[in-house]
Amino acid sequence: MNTVASTAPQKRTRLTTPVAVDIINMNKWYGDFHVLRDINLKVMGGERIVICGPSGSGKSTMIRCVNQLEEHQSGRIIVDGVELTNDLKKIDEVRRDVGMVFQHFNLFPHLTVLENCTLAPIWVRKMPKREAEELALRYLKRVKIPEQANKYPGQLSGGQQQRVAIARALCMNPKIMLFDEPTSALDPEMVKEVLDTMVGLADDGMTMLVVTHEMGFARQVANRIVFMDEGQIVESNVPEEFFAHPQHERTKLFLSQILR
Amino acid sequence: MSMSDEGELAIANMGFVRREQLPPQPPPRRMTGPIGWVRENLLSTPLNIVLTILVALLLAWVIPEIVNFLFIDAVWTGMDRDACREVVQHREIGACWPFVWERLPYFIYGSYPGPERWRVDVFFALLAVAVVWTLWLGAPRRDIGMVYAFVLMPVASFILLHGFEVIGLPVVDTVLWGGVLVTIVVASVGIVASLPLGILLALGRRSHMPAVRLFSTIFIEFVRGVPLVTVLFMASVMLPLFVPDNFEPDKLLRALIGIALFASAYMAEVVRAGLQAIPKGQFEGAMAVGLTYWQRMRLIILPQALKTTIPNIVNNYVALFKDTTLVFIVGIFDLLRTIEVARIDPKWAAPVTSTTGYAVAAIFYLVFCYGMSRYARAVETRLAQSDRR
Repeated sequence: MNTVASTAPQKRTRLTTPVAVDIINMNKWYGDFHVLRDINLKVMGGERIVICGPSGSGKSTMIRCVNQLEEHQSGRIIVDGVELTNDLKKIDEVRRDVGMVFQHFNLFPHLTVLENCTLAPIWVRKMPKREAEELALRYLKRVKIPEQANKYPGQLSGGQQQRVAIARALCMNPKIMLFDEPTSALDPEMVKEVLDTMVGLADDGMTMLVVTHEMGFARQVANRIVFMDEGQIVESNVPEEFFAHPQHERTKLFLSQILR
Repeated sequence: MSMSDEGELAIANMGFVRREQLPPQPPPRRMTGPIGWVRENLLSTPLNIVLTILVALLLAWVIPEIVNFLFIDAVWTGMDRDACREVVQHREIGACWPFVWERLPYFIYGSYPGPERWRVDVFFALLAVAVVWTLWLGAPRRDIGMVYAFVLMPVASFILLHGFEVIGLPVVDTVLWGGVLVTIVVASVGIVASLPLGILLALGRRSHMPAVRLFSTIFIEFVRGVPLVTVLFMASVMLPLFVPDNFEPDKLLRALIGIALFASAYMAEVVRAGLQAIPKGQFEGAMAVGLTYWQRMRLIILPQALKTTIPNIVNNYVALFKDTTLVFIVGIFDLLRTIEVARIDPKWAAPVTSTTGYAVAAIFYLVFCYGMSRYARAVETRLAQSDRR
């Protein structure tokens, strides 16, 4: 459908700089284990990056560094002009503007769907409750579950929960969206509804970093595919080239395994 | 019926298409009604049958004894010990209720001066309003109720009970306080103070800041490693050594501080267990939407952690309520202590006096502790309904 690079950023993605995320020589260790090695990745505003690779290759860890759910030990990460350091204020600032969707949804089970969505706008953006609820309903409509607003997450199916999670992130009006294997924990029947929602977001020009194994989705919406292995970026290319002419041996092996 | 036809068809042919939805059937009779309940709960296995019989025998032995003592053989009227003595009355004697009746004001107020006891009654009324307002989940304006219960009521109670000369309430020294009044004051202060303190200590123990973590850990482990009796002695004997001579904290106040700190250390461990039960994803989800540390804790983590630990929190409260009886060792007259004093009064010296006094104490503590645990069960059930998973 839409494989052309995004046109001018829409008013929702009001990035202040042309570069959305700039990762420069970033390294991370878990104890002695060097999980991320010399990562360099520049994501322009409105770009959709799909990150793939075998499990344990560091893909999730990398995007979790972008909103500092994981801290990096060397190198620089600059998110829309704000460099992430130990400064908690900077980290909070970045988190406000970067939405994240998790593999296991991480909805708040003690709050209704509507409260899940209004919580951050009310407490972080200091939005009046009424206004936050209108906003939340708008996004719940957009992910096609406004009728579930007063239920608790536990009463919804996996696919519905993940769409609520997307709506919850969108309510903060993020400049950038991170997706960490958003469909990996879903029943096969539910994958499509979540991917459709994500395609819709991409069509609106949202800047997205998506860790996923859904190669169909990658083909359809990605501007660039980043392939990682053993903590390094091994190959990065536009989807057509990536699938048709993989360069690195590891990429070829990976693609031959997943595209049968 | 076509049901069985379809069943046979399924076995006969490899291919099978269900043509109609099977209607739901009622369960077999032996699963429902009182018979079903008895079978399910009392007689389900041989061991269960044996236990049922043993418990029935135990109850058959104990209940008549208790009923006899409390009601049938009990003495209901009398002026002194002679009413409750077998040698005088020439009959089996149970509980000596006239003794309790005569000493009841002492059990409730201790030595609180007679003309001022209305102040204690008003305090009980204020407290009852606070308890109902904050604990009844359907009460109107519970937010005001919280302010009332945690700010207005304590201040008003202090002025009322302790006295405030300016508005014409003579000061009543806490040495005179006693009985139910002291038990309720000590328990309420412990209950109200231990939860917030415990939460802070639990968060401190999981903090990333080494100084905070070290302080919390040392405090919790120290207090937990020491018996309450020791804490009370320390609060009573050692605390005055650390403060200036001219400022000697009140004896009751010292005990209150000791109990509150002791209870909060235990509460901290209960809350910490609850915090550890919260999946990491909840912390990450809350971080990712940009909530600050205190917002994450207050809005996401603590509501869930406290909910899972309600049974343990109430368990702590019940234990604390009963532990208040230990304040007698620093010379404070709680309910049990007043009963201890009254039961050796020569006026009522009789073989059944002590038993009667202890029965009163048992009933009092049973009512309060059982009430707490029932309330907790009701809240649990209600919270479980509000978010079925």
